[in-house]
Amino acid sequence: MNAEQILFILFGAVSLIGAIAVISFRHPIYSALSLIVTFFAQAGLFVLLGAHFVAAVQVIVYAGAIMVLFLFVIMLLNLGTLSVQGAIGRKLKGLAIILGILFAAEGIYIAVNALNDTAVASAESGAAAVTITTYDIGELLFSKYLLPFEVTSLILLAALIGVIVLVKREGQEEN
Amino acid sequence: MSLEYYLVLSALLFTIGVIGVLIRRNAIIIFMCIELMLNAANLAFVAISRSLGEATGQVFVFFVMTVAAAEVAIGLAIIVSVFKHRQTVNVDEVNSLKG
Repeated sequence: MNAEQILFILFGAVSLIGAIAVISFRHPIYSALSLIVTFFAQAGLFVLLGAHFVAAVQVIVYAGAIMVLFLFVIMLLNLGTLSVQGAIGRKLKGLAIILGILFAAEGIYIAVNALNDTAVASAESGAAAVTITTYDIGELLFSKYLLPFEVTSLILLAALIGVIVLVKREGQEEN
Repeated sequence: MSLEYYLVLSALLFTIGVIGVLIRRNAIIIFMCIELMLNAANLAFVAISRSLGEATGQVFVFFVMTVAAAEVAIGLAIIVSVFKHRQTVNVDEVNSLKG
């Protein structure tokens, strides 16, 4: 067992435990904090895969910006006292978990079997682990994927305007 | 580590996200589970990108993260305004389109 395998098991276990904690804690604050743990573990997995740029962005954007937004909204709405009510029935929960296990089995089956005889499988057997640097990503982003990159800025603008409109209407109604 | 292990882990994380959306009724936790699913997809993207030796997968992760950030900003704004109207974030109680 080499270092990569040990680290994969460590980060994978932490991210799975964090994900299960997200859906099982009653209080949304605890769920949000477990989600941060999951995101950090996934950043570790990205480093393990040699994707250093993605790992850095994962920590900055997900564990930083997005989770701060979540925590801010949970604290703003003071949801701690409201979260306990309105859990769904035990029968439905059991059904959901059974369906989830079936779904996971399908996913694992696809992951293990469906890669045979595809481009991915042949690349895997061909070894040649090329390290992808931030330079490669930037070059691709500003040449082949320039149009999607510009459309991305439009999405962010739409989000910005949408949030301002949503909040502004609320304020005027109160006055 | 071979590609299969990462894809299996990604499938498990995605499934936990799906189960979370099915069993929780708190809109904010449902949102977190959607983030979990997007992250599982990102993990699969990066794993396949590594095994193909191509940077394209990581470029797509960049796009997914942008869309996720926009989605969270809009979604949380909607949750806040729904909470102001209804005093609840339980999705079962918010069942009519008319505010």
